[in-house]
Amino acid sequence: MTTKPVIKRDNVVVKFVGDSGDGMQLTGTLFSDTSALDGNDIATFPDYPAEIRAPHNTIAGVSGFQVHIGKRIYTSGDEADVLVAMNPASLKSNLKWAKKGGIIIVDTDTFTSEAIAKAGYESNPLDGDSLGGYNVIKAPITTLTTEAVKDIFTDKKSAERSRNMFALGMIFFIFGKGLEHTDAYLEKKFKKNPAVIQANKAVVRAGYNFCDNTDVLEAQIQVEQADIVKGKYRNITGNIATAWGLLAAAEKAGLKLFLGSYPITPATDILVELSKHKSLGARVFQAEDEIAGICSAIGAAFAGSLACTSTSGPGLSLKSEAIGLAVMTELPLVIVDVQRGGPSTGLPTKTEQSDLFQALFGRNGEAPCIVVAASSSANCFDWAFEAARLAVEHMTPCILLTDGYLGNGSQLFRIPKMADLPKINPPLAKENDPDYMPYRRDMETLVRQWAVPGMEGLRHRIGGLEKSDGKGAVSTDNANHQIMTDYRKEKVERIANRIPDQTIMGDENAELLVVGWGGTQGALKSAVQQMQAEGRSIAFTHFNYIMPLPKNTEQILRRHKKVVVCELNMGQFVNYLRMNFEGIHFHQYNKVQGLPFVVSELKERFNQILGE
Amino acid sequence: MSIEHSKVELTRADFVSDQMVKWCPGCGDHSILASILGVFPKIGYKKENFCMVSGIGCSSRFPYYVNTYGFHSIHGRAAAIATGIKIANPNLSVWINSGDGDAMAIGGNHFIHLIRRNMDVNYILFNNQIYGLTKGQYSPTTKQGKITKTSPFGVIDYPFNPGELVIGSRGTFFARAIDNQPKTLVEVCEHMAEHDGASVVEVLQNCVIFNNNTHAEVTDKEVREDRQLWLKHGEPMIFGKNKDKGIILRGTSLEVVTIGENGITEKDILVHDETTENTGIHMMLAQMRPPHFPMAFGVIRAYKQPTYKQLFEKQMEEAQTNATIRCMDDLLNSGETWEVE
Repeated sequence: MTTKPVIKRDNVVVKFVGDSGDGMQLTGTLFSDTSALDGNDIATFPDYPAEIRAPHNTIAGVSGFQVHIGKRIYTSGDEADVLVAMNPASLKSNLKWAKKGGIIIVDTDTFTSEAIAKAGYESNPLDGDSLGGYNVIKAPITTLTTEAVKDIFTDKKSAERSRNMFALGMIFFIFGKGLEHTDAYLEKKFKKNPAVIQANKAVVRAGYNFCDNTDVLEAQIQVEQADIVKGKYRNITGNIATAWGLLAAAEKAGLKLFLGSYPITPATDILVELSKHKSLGARVFQAEDEIAGICSAIGAAFAGSLACTSTSGPGLSLKSEAIGLAVMTELPLVIVDVQRGGPSTGLPTKTEQSDLFQALFGRNGEAPCIVVAASSSANCFDWAFEAARLAVEHMTPCILLTDGYLGNGSQLFRIPKMADLPKINPPLAKENDPDYMPYRRDMETLVRQWAVPGMEGLRHRIGGLEKSDGKGAVSTDNANHQIMTDYRKEKVERIANRIPDQTIMGDENAELLVVGWGGTQGALKSAVQQMQAEGRSIAFTHFNYIMPLPKNTEQILRRHKKVVVCELNMGQFVNYLRMNFEGIHFHQYNKVQGLPFVVSELKERFNQILGE
Repeated sequence: MSIEHSKVELTRADFVSDQMVKWCPGCGDHSILASILGVFPKIGYKKENFCMVSGIGCSSRFPYYVNTYGFHSIHGRAAAIATGIKIANPNLSVWINSGDGDAMAIGGNHFIHLIRRNMDVNYILFNNQIYGLTKGQYSPTTKQGKITKTSPFGVIDYPFNPGELVIGSRGTFFARAIDNQPKTLVEVCEHMAEHDGASVVEVLQNCVIFNNNTHAEVTDKEVREDRQLWLKHGEPMIFGKNKDKGIILRGTSLEVVTIGENGITEKDILVHDETTENTGIHMMLAQMRPPHFPMAFGVIRAYKQPTYKQLFEKQMEEAQTNATIRCMDDLLNSGETWEVE
């Protein structure tokens, strides 16, 4: 039993960093899941290198997992209150993210002269006063781990594999968390290998007791319980939420779900997740390339499925021509782009919002698409559902933009009841309808009817060549092309009549309006909330509907004296707004460093604009 | 799970479309269209269960000229689109029309993977050894040395032989036919429709405008009997004006012999087995060409192997039988969840 005093905190950020293969992703996940089960609100963010096993003990090989827990959590946090660094390289590369005065836990056993040199240090950073501003807990983690399992494993390699569990045990003690969830996880995961279960359990307890029984730590920290809407919750990553949103949409539309995809970081987990759910009728096809991924989905859409393809930036480039085909044939199709740093291969494992122009404009010809963006890991579910609803009900492709931060990050997810979700109504043609024509439209929405192979009395041909209005025969008629082009454009624009108005957080008369879109919502909201609490005249509006924009967008943008558009690119959304709304002066805040916004940099910029 | 048949007898008229056929007069495509319009009623599926898919090129206009569900897609992608259609609805009879440029150049990747997976579609490959719709550039099957608009000094590329590509990709069905011999083309297409799995027929098709007579060395009336070997399962490989030439296996190679010469009798001649898994003889048959050999026609390979559809549907059924998660509410509430009061 501990006798240490307890400090209460509103929220804390814990970051686990180590070599790739040190098990940092698992350690972080166990801590975040435990905290969630214990009643905290959470958000997580894994930060890992593109290489699976980069050279041992190098900066290139550092893998991290950040967990933010507390009362009301919108982001994975800026600076770490507790940094767990499993080797010198991870300390070196992550010290800049450690909060001054915060706790740093290091495994002293790894600070060998070789590893210190490999990390690029000239001398041992644990000596001297370079870490003077921090509360450094120096723990011989490797030695104590080996000691804890000496009756189970005699070989060094097996013994040392549990080092991450020692660090996890220490963190559990610091935050007063129970070990039940971790025990249950270990028992399930290593069901076939009891020695591994026993060893890991012993090591977690060794880490826990180390903090309890020694004087390395002055006090325990108790983090406030979540202040969230009551209901049933789970933890979910953005990619899994996206996959589930698509499944939910298929169920509500009464359609089979088809996914045609090719593995690509950081979108692969959507393909992986949907591959598991054959029992829910998901028809998943791993294609030979990105093009076959989308083309198989277009085929499945023609055949009457809720058809989807998932990818990241380079894959979206490869799919461009086929998206044009889906625009031309007016088939429903969901294209999920989990954005990453670009151009080209770019930063495959890092986040960015630089595919917006590609989504809006990246096709030959006049080829308008619906574009929507998710803005949190959990609401990837809602936006995947909405993307599917819009695509199906409006018979046109819809691009859903998420990003690596949302996709890999996790958050609490309030579990919806399927009965509460809206029904999706596919505009299916009626069999043997004598008036059926492929391009006859509902004149209110301009949506054509969906006649699916196999349906009686509706045989027809579609394709990439321009078709005649109504009848749908190949047509090169000049006036007809204008008519069909206008229809395709207006069909997408009229969706604005059926989506909710844009809302703002804060005073309508605030001096500065902060504008964001997509995955940056958490950081922007936190920054604006803090500044509002500090009495600044600031409001915030965040966009999920990008094409078309909500109808009151212009009205909102013109109301404020100053407007700043913040995005993780060089200014794509702001230029889209400039294109649509002439005469508004937009300030910008842009960053392309492969990282999400941090609240402090946003506040600094907002204060600067307010001071101008 | 199978494709539903028509309750009434269908005729050619059920499949004739109202579109004007815009291929050049004398184009081999006309005869392929006529053959298909004859084959579809015989297959007997409900007319709504046929789905024609094509890419880009002269031959890819085909879906407009047949009154079925049809998709004229983008260059090279017919195989990928057909794959999605077939997985989404396994109860459709899916047909691909593609040319040598569409299938072997821009669509080469989809082509080999469709075959590797043994996807249950029927693939008609119109091989005229030229890009016709863009007016005469060499294709991946154009013969070396050929002068075309983009090879004014003669083609230096080595050509693909579609049969080698199909069999090399673990194809389970490959046949070859000729546009101007419609009776055999109909037979081959019927056989193809019966085969479960990826079925490819290469049709030697003449482009009268940009590559006229490119297949003449095997299709000309004067030479055809001596240069065409029509294979029939279980029958000896005999050909020639006088039915006295045959194929034997000597060592590891095929050889043309004359029955009655050097002690060769009919029983020495190789008997065609289209069903064997071993690709060796099939590959050699696909490779044969004049002047030393006749070209092989008819069904070269028809090997039975579980199809993508069978394997896919089996997994779906098993997953649904054994599932604990049967609807979205089950999935949403699976794993670790908790109540917040």
